[in-house]
Amino acid sequence: MQPPSVARRNPVVTWLGFALIGAALLVLPFALSSIGTAWVRITNLAILFVLLSLGLNIVVGFAGLLDLGYIAFYAVGAYVYALLASPHFDLHLPFWVILPIGALVACLFGVLLGAPTLKLRGDYLAIVTLGFGEIIRVFLNNLSQPVNITNGPQGINLIDPFRIGSFNFARNETIAGLSFTGPVKYYYVLMLVLLAVIVINLRLQNSRIGRAWEAIREDEIAARAMGINTRNMKLLAFAMGASFGGVSGGMFSAIQGFISPESFVLVESVMVLSMVVLGGMGNIWGVILGAVLLSFVPEVLRYTVEPAQRAVFGRTLVEPEVIRMLLFGLALVLMMIFRPAGILPSALRKRELETAAPAAAAR
Amino acid sequence: MSGDVLLAADGITKRFGGVHALSGVSFSIRRGEIYGLIGPNGAGKTSLFNVLTGIYEIDSGSFSFDGQPLEKLKPNQVAERGIARTFQNIRLFQNLSALENVMIGRHVRTRAGVLGAILRDRRTLAEEAAIERRAHELLEYVGVARRANSLAKHLAYGDQRRLEIARALATDPKLLALDEPAAGMNATETHDLRKLLDAIRKDGTTILLIEHDMKLVMSICDRVLVLDYGKKIAEGSASDVQANPSVIAAYLGGEVSLAPPAAASA
Repeated sequence: MQPPSVARRNPVVTWLGFALIGAALLVLPFALSSIGTAWVRITNLAILFVLLSLGLNIVVGFAGLLDLGYIAFYAVGAYVYALLASPHFDLHLPFWVILPIGALVACLFGVLLGAPTLKLRGDYLAIVTLGFGEIIRVFLNNLSQPVNITNGPQGINLIDPFRIGSFNFARNETIAGLSFTGPVKYYYVLMLVLLAVIVINLRLQNSRIGRAWEAIREDEIAARAMGINTRNMKLLAFAMGASFGGVSGGMFSAIQGFISPESFVLVESVMVLSMVVLGGMGNIWGVILGAVLLSFVPEVLRYTVEPAQRAVFGRTLVEPEVIRMLLFGLALVLMMIFRPAGILPSALRKRELETAAPAAAAR
Repeated sequence: MSGDVLLAADGITKRFGGVHALSGVSFSIRRGEIYGLIGPNGAGKTSLFNVLTGIYEIDSGSFSFDGQPLEKLKPNQVAERGIARTFQNIRLFQNLSALENVMIGRHVRTRAGVLGAILRDRRTLAEEAAIERRAHELLEYVGVARRANSLAKHLAYGDQRRLEIARALATDPKLLALDEPAAGMNATETHDLRKLLDAIRKDGTTILLIEHDMKLVMSICDRVLVLDYGKKIAEGSASDVQANPSVIAAYLGGEVSLAPPAAASA
């Protein structure tokens, strides 16, 4: 009943903290470059997963709708970008035109998925969304005939990078003595988008809309009895979550330069959902933490497991891939036992912690 | 005469398979009164609430609320028209604070959309401030203000009941429908509840009250409707209803007839 006292922090200290984190994030890609450009790429993918997790968090964390096919919206966004900016159709629209289109198309698919599943909850909704994710993937795989739209399993190659005028995000450049490689440039773009998505998420959560979503998550019947149009609110959640997925997918396309249906399999959906659950459903900072952890830890293991085994046993006994999956499973099981609400659960609301002491005193 | 009728129910019927939960129930509630709804367990009281608030679809009959037909509306539309309810087994938003629970009640009377939420323009901010102010007022009104920031599930039972009333009041209802608000309350809490209901009525909200606490019902209700096996068996002032032989029979059991022995075992 006695929580640790969360004293109201000095705003100067808070802003100083933000400034420090900001500065660290600004120089991070250069620090990583010195280890190897691969790590910048890994960081970029991690940011993409943070974006995806934040999008899924709207659906799962805020509105409480279990979505197992979320990667489909990522796929839609990625293919919209690939089709509109590659030699495949010989279309080369600029990215700032395509990304909104991708968001819109993904949003449309979100509503398309949401509309028939409005009356489903929990397990049943999960099954339908899972099916939806697979349907999208199967379509991408097979829409090469009779008219070749998606190029089937071969995927789409030579996708345009982001370009503003003559400034190409994929090219290496030296500005003011600093070497900006392609991944470093994309890192900054991704950070900007991430910042926007975090602000949007935070503002949505503390709004009339966010409260309506939370009401639906807590008790749909009571929410309806309080006058909340649950149908519209659920569709809105699906649409918002999907459009975030769409934007992330578009950027994924541009960064990779190549996409195929293989990037959008069920495991990816499960991965994003795990990030949301591990970090703490409904808590934006928890979700970010979960996504960062689950993106980086496997990569770190990839680079450490094999050398470690060689050092100890003189040869590789267990494949790194196997160890990674083992540890991943173990981590999730431990989480479920010790922190079932996630690393940073949302139910432990700050405001309650702040006021629990005076309230207890008043009793 | 019809001018002061807020809710008129005509021949309300609801079946679940072969069970007649409600058969042809008619009544009318006048503006500004506290209208009691009593009956033994399983009489159809809560079914009537669910039909009224759009949670169940009606089989036949009609409601007229404030001069407008009400049947066929969805629960959220019913709330928009001005009927707010509480639930027999409390249905608060457990993992949200008491304040947020009441703020959600304001949803139906406010407008802000996604763009407003993201841009936080002046109108949205003003609306948000008004929502919070009103929610604080209502918490004060029902007497749970000091627990405003506690999660609903951490509130004491009596406080949860009162919070549910505050949440319902936040929708600015014309009719407040309470499903056993005194259930599980001790004598002091019931006494406080009585004062609260009196205050709500005085402030102009009509109340429809399901309650098993007969002392409360008889002391506060202007008129009472008695249901038994989905049928209306009596309607009138508290004292009239108390003296009604069929009401006494429903509650205490009528004359027992031992004539056909076969039927007794069934």
